[in-house]
Amino acid sequence: MAALRLIARRFLQLAIVLLLVTFFTFSLVRLLPGDPAKTIIPFGSDQQRAALAKDLGLDKPFLQQYVNYLGIPVIKSEGTTGLLQGNLGRKYATNQPVGELIKQSLPVSIQLVIYAQLVALALAIPLGVLTAYRAGTRTDRAVNTTAFGFLALPNFVLALLLSYVIGARLKWLPTAGYEPGWLDPLFDSARTPSVEHLKYMVLPVIALAVGQVAIYMRLLRSDMIATLQENFITMAKAKGVPNRRILFRHALRPSSLTLLTVAGLNVGTLIGGAIVVEVIFGIPGMGTQIATAIAAREYVELQSYIFVLAFIFVLINFAVDFCYILLDPRIRRARADA
Amino acid sequence: MPEPTPDAVPPVGADGNRDLDRYAEGSLEPGLVVAQANLYVSAVESGGEGRRRVGRGLGVGAWLAIGWLAFIVIVAVLAQLGVLPLKDPNRSYVACARRGPFSTDGTASGFLLGCDSNGRDMIARLAYGSWSSLIVATGAVLFGLVFGGTFGLIAGYFGRRTDAVITSLFNVFLAIPAVVLALALVAFLAGAAASTGQSSVDPKLILILAIGIVSIPLLGRITRASALSWSQREFVLAARAQGAKPVRIMLREVLPNVLPAMFSIALLGIAVAIVAEGTLSILGVGVRPPTPSWGNIIGLDRGRLKESPHIIFLPALMIFFTVLSLNFLGDVVRARLDVRESAV
Repeated sequence: MAALRLIARRFLQLAIVLLLVTFFTFSLVRLLPGDPAKTIIPFGSDQQRAALAKDLGLDKPFLQQYVNYLGIPVIKSEGTTGLLQGNLGRKYATNQPVGELIKQSLPVSIQLVIYAQLVALALAIPLGVLTAYRAGTRTDRAVNTTAFGFLALPNFVLALLLSYVIGARLKWLPTAGYEPGWLDPLFDSARTPSVEHLKYMVLPVIALAVGQVAIYMRLLRSDMIATLQENFITMAKAKGVPNRRILFRHALRPSSLTLLTVAGLNVGTLIGGAIVVEVIFGIPGMGTQIATAIAAREYVELQSYIFVLAFIFVLINFAVDFCYILLDPRIRRARADA
Repeated sequence: MPEPTPDAVPPVGADGNRDLDRYAEGSLEPGLVVAQANLYVSAVESGGEGRRRVGRGLGVGAWLAIGWLAFIVIVAVLAQLGVLPLKDPNRSYVACARRGPFSTDGTASGFLLGCDSNGRDMIARLAYGSWSSLIVATGAVLFGLVFGGTFGLIAGYFGRRTDAVITSLFNVFLAIPAVVLALALVAFLAGAAASTGQSSVDPKLILILAIGIVSIPLLGRITRASALSWSQREFVLAARAQGAKPVRIMLREVLPNVLPAMFSIALLGIAVAIVAEGTLSILGVGVRPPTPSWGNIIGLDRGRLKESPHIIFLPALMIFFTVLSLNFLGDVVRARLDVRESAV
């Protein structure tokens, strides 16, 4: 019961944050000085501008425009559709609905981020456990120093380095391009997954994951060191439980809560990193779309992309919080009482 | 080992569940865990148990980092003043175009590090580029510190409803991934400048604003947390009891104690901002050419990666060493000033 109330409260917070985010993206376009239609599509014809002014309802008062943008039933203007009806606006140069563009590009980016997150965790967890177990030794110092170095390597530099050495010089993997993977058909039935997909994803994923490995590893290491000093670990050692079992069974779980939270929040960083990595490797995901939209000054399109990414990011944060509540009964109780 | 001050938290190893407990109390938002986690890590790393040996000199690493940063800053300033015997960074020498460093075939004599695809001297580009990169990064962080710091100080000092409002505003901005927000701001600010006919606005200023705005909630939250803990101390209570005005207490009593935390975060912030400028440049909205910056040297000739990798990797090295130095110094300063998570 208490947990339910808590979840309801988080939901309310979620809704408020989303509302403010939409208001922000909405204002960005409206607050541009001068004639909005002219600013939003500076290269458009008069006809396109008229269409835009009609689409955006620019003759209406500011708040009514916002209501229409959200598409709140009853109080929105007759005959308009907004976000709630799934209307994400149009790309004015080609007149394509932005929703369609997102359907094609979003799965590409989601796959990239998921791979990067999995690779980062798969590398960081063993390294974190190892360095915590060997804290203060030469191994620990070597791994930590390397991690510190990689932290200073921006992902675009790593992406270019990989693209040059592995792609252009050694020719082991393609330097650019994309083939659909397992997620693409779910969004766009015209696409079929290809085995080649993975080949194209290796370098971008490494470029995106390596910086995260360093963060996650250092984090897990410090939490593990704390856990390894707990009494139940001493107890397990005294009972003669093998080291590997102590480390991965007894110590890893209580040490991983912070790591999971950070991994969730870090999705924001990954989304940002994915944008530049996609552009460098010529992957047709959201990042490439955003870069093109900016170059073409497609502000309505851009506004929708920002909204979609923020929406996903807020949902992930919510999910992480939710998991936290489920995982730890103490939080469940305390938060509900507050 | 120095005697811990009354408010000093126990070292990390002592109680691994502390942050969880604070989370349970509701005083720790998940977003905060990230910042805290980073501080944790360096606290553990720098002193084994979160406490650094005080009184020792700086290590070799710190001096190398200081040396590199000093070198970069001096080169940037002198190049900008025109004191250094550099070539014009925007002049093309056709014979030298795309030549690599240390060419021996005579086409690029006098160009130690070669030229970019337009035949512009790499040394001059890098030196002038340092100025753009550093001024944008430092400006953005200063902007973020002034505004984020003010909001954070107010939120931390007054607490309650003021705090709730400011913190949730920060959260809204943190709900948009930083790079996406920066991109949007640059695009919209540039659009606004163009449509009002103010193309005379220095594009660097737009970048400073955009990256600065993105950094407000990040720097603000850290200031807020630090201010929150200091505002509950006795000397603040004493000042309040004597009838001092809130503004005075904030500036004279709280701020000086919050500054160390802000300073160490500022070093890391500049590193992040340098990378941000690079990212934006690659996406085509960084420092506007022909003015060079480390980022846009890479961005402009990204397509030449295969034939002339030096154009890409020389500025990349500059970014790497600078970010490495700033990260390292940030850690050292944090350990020295004993900022640790008590500030978060």
